[in-house]
Amino acid sequence: MQWETVIGLEVHVQLATQTKIFSGASTVFGAEPNTQACAIDLAMPGTLPSPNAKAFEYAILFGLAIDAEIGERSVFERKNYFYPDLPKGYQTTQLDEPIVGAGIVDIALEDGTVKPIRIHHAHLEEDAGKSLHEDFIGMSGIDLNRAGTPLIEIVSEPDMRTKEEAVAFARKLHSIVTAIGIGDGDMSQGSMRFDVNISVRPKDQAEYGTRTETKNLNSFKFMERCIEQEVQRQIEVIEDGGTIRQETRLYNGDTHTARAMRSKEEANDYRYFPCPDLLPVHFTPEAIEALRATLPELPDARKTRFEENFGLSPYDATIIALDANTAAFFEVCAKQCDDAKLTANWLMGEMASQLNSNDLTIKDSPITAEQLAGLITRIKDGTISSKIAKKVFEAMWQGEGDADTVIEKQGLKQVSDTGALEKIVDDIIAANPAQVANFVNAEPEKRKKMLGFFVGQSMKASKGQANPQALNQILMTKLNQAANS
Amino acid sequence: MEPSEIQKLANLAMLDINEETAKETASSITDVLALIDQLQAADTDGVAPMAHPLDAVQVLRADNITESDQRDTLMTVAPQTDSGLFLVPKVVE
Repeated sequence: MQWETVIGLEVHVQLATQTKIFSGASTVFGAEPNTQACAIDLAMPGTLPSPNAKAFEYAILFGLAIDAEIGERSVFERKNYFYPDLPKGYQTTQLDEPIVGAGIVDIALEDGTVKPIRIHHAHLEEDAGKSLHEDFIGMSGIDLNRAGTPLIEIVSEPDMRTKEEAVAFARKLHSIVTAIGIGDGDMSQGSMRFDVNISVRPKDQAEYGTRTETKNLNSFKFMERCIEQEVQRQIEVIEDGGTIRQETRLYNGDTHTARAMRSKEEANDYRYFPCPDLLPVHFTPEAIEALRATLPELPDARKTRFEENFGLSPYDATIIALDANTAAFFEVCAKQCDDAKLTANWLMGEMASQLNSNDLTIKDSPITAEQLAGLITRIKDGTISSKIAKKVFEAMWQGEGDADTVIEKQGLKQVSDTGALEKIVDDIIAANPAQVANFVNAEPEKRKKMLGFFVGQSMKASKGQANPQALNQILMTKLNQAANS
Repeated sequence: MEPSEIQKLANLAMLDINEETAKETASSITDVLALIDQLQAADTDGVAPMAHPLDAVQVLRADNITESDQRDTLMTVAPQTDSGLFLVPKVVE
C-alpha cells in the first residue's frame, strides 16, 4: 500500500528578552542554579505577575513577519497541571485569544516550487524550570532559572507531507526568528524546540490517521530522524493489523530512539480558565504599525531581491536568502567576483558540504567571502578549471592561503599554451596507435564519442591542468588530420 | 454532579478527600450548577465574553532587570536543598 505522511509542528521559541515574561529576573543562559529565580518565579504566596512589554512586542513582530492577524486584545489562561518544575501548579499561557492569529509561512521544495504552510496561531507563554534526576538518590533537583522565560509557541496546520517539508518549515521559522532578532536561535541551548505531530494514511484517503506527538526535539537532524522512524513504526503497526494509539512520545538524542511516555490517566485535562491575576493586554493598531516599521529585511523579501538583482533561480535564491549570514556572504562574494550563479553554486556545493561535514555554520568558515570570490575569479579568467578549483578550495579550507597563493605554490595553473598542449596530444597519439586506428576507421559521426578516451589520457598527462576547451580543439584537429591523411 | 466526578476533579487538583466529603461537595456544587444554568438562560448575543471582572487594561513593564539573586533567602523556606537546587521526591516520566 502507498502511504502518505501528515505532519504538523508546534514550535517553542524562547524570546531574547533581558527578563522573564512575568518578573524582572534575568534570563541569561548558564547561570548558577536558582540565582535567577525570584519570588514571582517561585510562586511565593502574595506575588503577582508583572508582564514584560518586550515579550509582547517580539511576539507581534513574529506575527507581522508571517502576515498574521495580530490580536489587538490578548488574554492569558491558566493551564493546570502538577510538576515540580512548575511552581505555580499551572502554566500561564494563551488559548482563545492569542497574540498572533492565523498566518502563512512559505517553504521552498527541492523541485523549486514554493509551498505555503498555514500557521494556526502563535501564543505567548512561560517556560518551566528544569528537573535533574541523576545526582540525588530518591530525589530530583529543581533549577528554576528557566521558569518564566518568555516563549512563543507557533502551531502549524498539518500541512507537511514529508520529513523534508517539515525540516524546511523548521529552518524557515528559524531564519525568520533570527532575522527579526526575537530569538537567538541557539538550538543547543534549547532556544528553539520542536514538537512533531505525525500520522500516516493510505495515499487516497481523505481523513487523517491517528497521530502521535513526539516532544522536545532540539535539532533539525533529530527531527528528520524522528519523523523517519515514527512513520516507519506507524506503517509497520498498521500493516501488521494493529492500530496507532494517540500518545506522546519522547525522543532521546543520545540513542536516537523514541518511546511512549507513561501517560497518566486524564493527563490531558488541563482545566483552562482565564487568569484572574492578569488583565487583557491591548495593543492599538498604531502601536502595531509602529512595530511593523522596525522589521528588517525578511528572508522572503531577500529572496525576491536576489532573484531580481542577481538573476538567481527561485530555488537558489530561497536557499541562500534563508540565513542572514549566508546571504551576507553571498552578496559580498557575488559582487566581488561579478558572478552570482557561480557564487551560488559554490556556496550550495563545496561550501555547504564542508560546513555540513564539519558541523559548522558559515560564520565559522575558514574561507572568507573575499577569498571565495578570488577563487571564482580565477575560474572565470581561465587560470584554473572547475575541477582544479575544487582542489584549490580544499587547500584554502585547510588554511593554505588564498586562491592565488595555492595555485602558485602547488603549480596548478591551467595550461592553455597551444605549444605545450600540442606536445601532450602528440605524445598520446603516438603512444596509442590502436585507438588512433579505431578512430580513423570509425564513421565520422561516431568519432565524437571516441574522443573521450584521448581527452582523458591527455588530461591525465597534464595532471588535470590542461584547458579543456583548448585541449578538445587540438585533439579534434590532430585526429582528423590523421583520419584524412 | 456525582461524587465520582468530584473525586476525579480532586485527583486532578491533588486533593485527598474522603467519600463523605465527595458526597457533600457533589450536592453543594450541584446547587451552584443550578444557579449557573439560570445565568446561562440570559441572552448574551452581541456581548463580548468577559476575560476579567475589572474593566481595565493590563499595564506592561519595561524589560529591565529589577530582581537580584535572593537564592539563599528563598531557600530558607524550602524543606530540602542541595548544591543550589530545590530537592523534591523523585519524579521520572
